[in-house]
Amino acid sequence: MTHALLASLFVVATCGLVYELVAGALASYLLGDTVLQFSTVIGAYLFAMGVGSWLSKFVGRGLASRFVQIEILVGLVGGWSAALLFLTFTYAAGFRLVLYLLVLLVGTLVGMEIPLLMRLLKGKLEFKDLVSQVLTVDYLGALGASILFPLLLVPHLGLLNTAFVFGLLNVGVAALALRILRDEIPDAARLKAGCAAAAALLAAGLAGSRVIADHAEGSLYADEVVFAKTTAYQRIVLTRWKDDWRLFLNGHLQFSTMDEYRYHEALVHPALSAHPRPRRVLILGGGDGLAAREVLRDPRVKEVTLVDLDPGMTGLFASHPELSRLNGGALRDPRVSVVNADAFKWLESSLGGFDAAIVDFPDPSNFSVGKLFSAPFYRLLKRRMAKGGLISVQATSPLFARRSFWCIEKTMADAGWTTAPYHAYVPSFGEWGFVIGAEKPYRAPLRLPEGLRYLTTATLPSLFEFPADMSRVDAEVNRLDTQALVRYYEAEWEKVVQ
Amino acid sequence: MGESRPISRREFLGAGLAAAALAACARRPPLTGSLLGPSRERGHLLRSGRFPVAAREEKVPVVIVGGGAAGLSAAWELRRAGFDDFELLELEDRAGGNAAWGRNEVSAYPWGAHYLPVPGPHATELKVLLRELGVLTGADRWDERFLCHAPEERLFIHGRWQDGLFPSDAMSAEDRRQKERWDARVRALRAGRGKDGKPLFAIPMERSSSELAALDGLSMKAWLDREGFTSERLLWYLDYATRDDYGGTLDEVSAWAGLHYFAARAEGDDDRVLTWPEGNGWLVERLLERAGDRVRGGSVVMRVAPDGAGAVVDALDAASGAPRRLRARQVIVATPRFVAARLVPGVSAEGFEYAPWLTCNLTLEPPRDGRGAPPSWDNVLYKGEGLGYVDARHQDLSLDRRRTVWTYYRPLTGGPDARRREAFGWDWEKCRDLCLDDLSRAHPDLRERTTRLDAWLWGHGMVLPRPGFLFGARRRAALAPRGAVHFAHSDQSGLSLFEEAHYRGVMAARAVLSVLS
Repeated sequence: MTHALLASLFVVATCGLVYELVAGALASYLLGDTVLQFSTVIGAYLFAMGVGSWLSKFVGRGLASRFVQIEILVGLVGGWSAALLFLTFTYAAGFRLVLYLLVLLVGTLVGMEIPLLMRLLKGKLEFKDLVSQVLTVDYLGALGASILFPLLLVPHLGLLNTAFVFGLLNVGVAALALRILRDEIPDAARLKAGCAAAAALLAAGLAGSRVIADHAEGSLYADEVVFAKTTAYQRIVLTRWKDDWRLFLNGHLQFSTMDEYRYHEALVHPALSAHPRPRRVLILGGGDGLAAREVLRDPRVKEVTLVDLDPGMTGLFASHPELSRLNGGALRDPRVSVVNADAFKWLESSLGGFDAAIVDFPDPSNFSVGKLFSAPFYRLLKRRMAKGGLISVQATSPLFARRSFWCIEKTMADAGWTTAPYHAYVPSFGEWGFVIGAEKPYRAPLRLPEGLRYLTTATLPSLFEFPADMSRVDAEVNRLDTQALVRYYEAEWEKVVQ
Repeated sequence: MGESRPISRREFLGAGLAAAALAACARRPPLTGSLLGPSRERGHLLRSGRFPVAAREEKVPVVIVGGGAAGLSAAWELRRAGFDDFELLELEDRAGGNAAWGRNEVSAYPWGAHYLPVPGPHATELKVLLRELGVLTGADRWDERFLCHAPEERLFIHGRWQDGLFPSDAMSAEDRRQKERWDARVRALRAGRGKDGKPLFAIPMERSSSELAALDGLSMKAWLDREGFTSERLLWYLDYATRDDYGGTLDEVSAWAGLHYFAARAEGDDDRVLTWPEGNGWLVERLLERAGDRVRGGSVVMRVAPDGAGAVVDALDAASGAPRRLRARQVIVATPRFVAARLVPGVSAEGFEYAPWLTCNLTLEPPRDGRGAPPSWDNVLYKGEGLGYVDARHQDLSLDRRRTVWTYYRPLTGGPDARRREAFGWDWEKCRDLCLDDLSRAHPDLRERTTRLDAWLWGHGMVLPRPGFLFGARRRAALAPRGAVHFAHSDQSGLSLFEEAHYRGVMAARAVLSVLS
């Protein structure tokens, strides 16, 4: 019986540390700033354990029953802690509050375990053996947990499953205690039922963790999350580290304030400034208003139509004080009209007459988006342009997705555009590519708007030069019935990510 | 702005993410829907055989009975020739026949035929139509908006989705050899010509050589046995194909018909198909626009009798019950043969068998999809009861994919008459369960994701090309006019295809025009 209790103690100690590590790891991955998160989580946890130890003295009669109850509770709360935290982060406000409440609760319960176990073992061992054996086993359990957690548990089980599995172990200890201490437990039947219920709840969590994972937000961010919102179309997350604000849509980086000016200047001005009199400009995508900001730099532009699917996105960038500062209030500028619509459909019914169009869609990572890079799309866009109109298309990275980039260029050419491919270096993205479509062979403008930080008339022509590792490769035209681009893109980025 | 590479931490946490609970918590309205079908009351009116006769006779030079693909194609051909003096009488309020379609707040969707293979060299008349509709453009190129967008087809097998319909996952060497041999046979048949100089298999089938007529005498299964095709995968694939095109199993359809499915496609290896959210309903609507006010829906034609130099058509207005009598110089009966047999004295439908079908349209939020190939236009389950489902929004150009409509097809094989009688007893719940039970194997949460499910039972879905039917006397007999009454329907081809219906309609119109001139 003594050995069984000591074995339980080992398991209990391991579980206790695992919950602490789960909370610390989650906090640092979700909130960033590892040092701060781990320090505060460990601090709060140890403090709560102290509270638990102190509270244990109030447990008088029914020691064994109380121990079993605590084991069941620790298993249930600790086991579900990771899932609860993920859910809170994804769907509710007050993540930190829930985090520390959970840490305090689990810590307090865990803090009661050892004193209670010691009292259960009292009389079975001499005091000096009792203290030495209990503390030895406790520290061994901690060592086991701290080695298993990073090397085995997280890589193979993931945080969610790890927590559930250890929750089940805790409940297992409760069941074991019920068995070996049955003489000291009057209400065994009720506790047995409690054990079974807790085990069932944890097993359900374990079985459903795959579903949970499928539904959950897959992206966890390096920096502090200052804003997060789920719109009807996407998950918008804004992170900040000092002056660097980053926008993520569904976990994909859209811009970093450190270098977005490079991207947006390169996207807009080579085409816009090459037009002799651009008055009406169309922006497709670009709900962050940053391309609009660049377009509005050109004093010749009188009218901007921005078409973006997600009202959540354009609304946020029109109203949020920090974010509308980034785009210079472009989305509230009287020259800009914002339309929330599907670009392809909107374009089909649009009257057109645009002098320039800035096409800033997400990369062609699926077949729905791939249609916005197809020959029929570029043909339709051509019909909507005024005479002499130019378009500029974000065309993914010619370095990482070389064939994809040249596929987009070839598709535009197939649709009747005279193309001018070019590229720019954006540190947070790497080498990025764009294609201008025009009626006549493109000639770089001799003037650019005031206030640019990246583009100069002197260096602009150099963007149209492609070094050997990005130079043209043969690619199919991206047609709706073949969608060659999506297949290229998938294959190429897969290589980069590996 | 472009997507950057996914964050590495994401992989670190891997499976450790959260949130099913929320999706499950969101309250959903209960699954609703209804059971639809061709108007049985109107059909039964016809069956009763008794009807009032109008006192007054209206003179209409040409009457077309039936507004499916054949009747509308006949109307199109008449108008193309500059002949406007006709009336098309359709039983249903809305014409369309087997290309019937519907629409809700999410999408248009088909109730029947939903695609058209890119026509080959012999479908001359059809190409004229498609050129007129802008589907075939100037430089003999198909407008890619109407070609089925990629990805076209996938198959759910062994718990995951694979690209394409042939079950190529874990094939044995023998499977592979037989598949290659089959492909080679099809290529040879596609290229082959008979001694009469005609292609071995053509669409329209009337333009095929009769060289391989003997193949019509045995079932597809018997032919496959004879040729040593035994691979389970290959046989499943071919059975899927004949159920898909004819509503019959390998045992039920003739070898000539089974081979025609593969060998009569367009030149070379062009297996592309044209499709629209509402399926061939799109074609029917364009034809309806062209027929204009010549179409009268809700007209129950009771009798078409050759009479002297012309014919007399008796009809009832479905809404008021008022009888009409039309005296026509020429009539085109563009109905299935089993209907024509009730309308025209002396016409028999003996030998014409029809496969019953169940079609369901599911309005849903895309359910969990499983591993492997991404959602495609045609999504088939290996050894499923039905033929899988088609996504009505596949051709859609918008990014908003929060809801869609799936069309589920299921031919009721295994003895048409027995199955038809059985299916007449089915209620909506039965149809719903047949559909959901079949598809849930690939999408376990389908039931929770579906907000509406409408079902349609086609008692006489498709003419069944039984062995001996295509080259037999009864089909031949159905081609000949009876006096001033001409016939036009894909039943005359024994193959329930839009191409055949169009061809029969155009030919009947031409025959009428030549008599009138």
